[in-house]
Amino acid sequence: MLDDKDRIFTNIYGLEDPFIEGAKKRGDWADTKKLFELGRETIIEIIKDSGLRGRGGAGFSTGMKWSFMPKEVGDRPHFLVINADEGEPGTCKDREIMRSEPHKFIEGAFLASVAMQANAAYCYVRGEFYRETEALQRAVDEAYEAGFLGDNACGTGYKFDFYIHRGMGAYICGEETALIESLEGKKGQPRLKPPFPANVGVWGCPTTVNNVESIAVAPEILKRGAEWFAGIGRPNNTGTKLFTISGHVNKPCTVEEAMSIPLKELIEKHAGGVRGGWDNLLAVIPGGASVPLLTKDLCDDVLMDFDALREVQSGLGTAAVMVMDKSTDVIKAIARLSHFYKHESCGQCTPCREGCGWMMRMMDRMVVGNATVDEIDVLEEVTRQVEGHTICALGDAAAWPVQGLIRHFRPLMIQRIADARTQSDAGKAA
Amino acid sequence: MSADVMPPESFEFTANNVAAAKAIIAKYPEGRQASAVMPLLDIAQRQHDGWIPKAAMDHIADMLDMPPIRVYEVASFYTMYNLAPIGRHHVQVCTNLPCWLRGSEQVMAACKDKLSIGNGETTADGEFTLLEVECLGACVNAPMMQIGDDYYEDLDSETTGQILDDLKAGRVPKAGSQVARHTCEPIGGLTSLADQEPLRKEKAGGS
Repeated sequence: MLDDKDRIFTNIYGLEDPFIEGAKKRGDWADTKKLFELGRETIIEIIKDSGLRGRGGAGFSTGMKWSFMPKEVGDRPHFLVINADEGEPGTCKDREIMRSEPHKFIEGAFLASVAMQANAAYCYVRGEFYRETEALQRAVDEAYEAGFLGDNACGTGYKFDFYIHRGMGAYICGEETALIESLEGKKGQPRLKPPFPANVGVWGCPTTVNNVESIAVAPEILKRGAEWFAGIGRPNNTGTKLFTISGHVNKPCTVEEAMSIPLKELIEKHAGGVRGGWDNLLAVIPGGASVPLLTKDLCDDVLMDFDALREVQSGLGTAAVMVMDKSTDVIKAIARLSHFYKHESCGQCTPCREGCGWMMRMMDRMVVGNATVDEIDVLEEVTRQVEGHTICALGDAAAWPVQGLIRHFRPLMIQRIADARTQSDAGKAA
Repeated sequence: MSADVMPPESFEFTANNVAAAKAIIAKYPEGRQASAVMPLLDIAQRQHDGWIPKAAMDHIADMLDMPPIRVYEVASFYTMYNLAPIGRHHVQVCTNLPCWLRGSEQVMAACKDKLSIGNGETTADGEFTLLEVECLGACVNAPMMQIGDDYYEDLDSETTGQILDDLKAGRVPKAGSQVARHTCEPIGGLTSLADQEPLRKEKAGGS
């Protein structure tokens, strides 16, 4: 279990003052100028060496991503864009950073911008987070007032501005190029890559899009050093991570833990255990709605990190742990997710636009068993037709939960179909 | 209710909102004023009883030097823009998986019962609109709903009904968690940040 002294987010529950006085007491903005003086290349080196992998779901090396920005600033200015469009079902960690640790986050945005020679950061916050945006804006105003932001940020002579842009309720804008489109004032429809944002991003300029948590942990890594961060968790899966544990647990919560903590320990130590005890566990979706579920036998000893979860054909995603006990109709649960993807598909690519609706209607039939056994295979086949055949990953995200269901719960689906048939026959006989 | 509200023929921002709009446009690089279309539509919606008439879209297109169709596209793409009149209190109940697992069906039922309307409907007096929505990002505080700009979390049938009763009576219900929690900490005692347990007791109440 992570020691309190190794925690980065020491006010994640907002119990202390989230704003500038409280933040300074917690050490935010204390050595920002010194960290700035490390210089661009050293900052990127430290972040690379720390092993930090992006906290928004894909898990790509954050230091590596920063290094993809052009080495020299040409005619086009560089931009940092921060993805705070938190909408992956099960995920609610960036919300807590913005309302309870906003200064740590803004300080991180400054240092990340220095690393990629950006003079402005745009933070794209989902529109529903109105109160969180108010808190973040208040912190930004405080930081300008204190001279941490502006033409001479932290007394470094470096110009840095931090702007908030509010989304308006579109899950797809969490995809980085859709987010960029939206920031430009358009419909949030993903762009074809290449060109990648590091070359052609917002307003045609070099851009890096990072998740809130990736940015917010950067100052602490720079302060304590790459070795400290890399020493937590396992190789290639390092550092601390915010986990959000929801569903059928006794005490749902958000908690910062060491990467690679066993799933069972995470649930039992922090979330008060599974409702009705561990043996009452049916399945867990370990990384937000887009990753396949795990059955109890896999949950018994799986570790919560990128590699361990990939080995069991799922993923860490956003580390949003959704727990389902044995009272859950798991077919209905996955059908609910299919409704979600149908609702959120932007409509640009045919396989996703048509496939999401098709999978949803098929899943609705599976819930009541109004299908034939062969159709389970047809459903599986269609998920493969959607997966990998779209511009962005929403198609994959819609396909994977259904694939996970079929992989682990095919017998239940068959049983449901058989039961429905028996009932129907009984109805006819009567 | 939409039938008896005629869309206005023209739209102007109030003086305060003109100033707010100018401040927003200034956040984006020169020549990139189209980026301000989303915040400006939001301001228009807030000014105009929670919905955006076509006249407002045309006005914004004019302000930002955009073809009107580009503004219509944005306004119709994002779900938070209402293009028709809506109740004064917009009750949005999350029914996505984490909320469903913890009883969003009961929350929705309590809303329907209390307001005597169905999903997507508005009460006859124009006070409440009820809508099932997708994940609102407060999953460890499930089930939850959003009314206006505020989240109401850790709900059950009873607290849901109480919140709606308060609004009906013109009272302001307490936003956030409806149980003994401050934000997203585990109920009943911290499992991390041990030093803050006294603070938790003070702020969250309960045991």
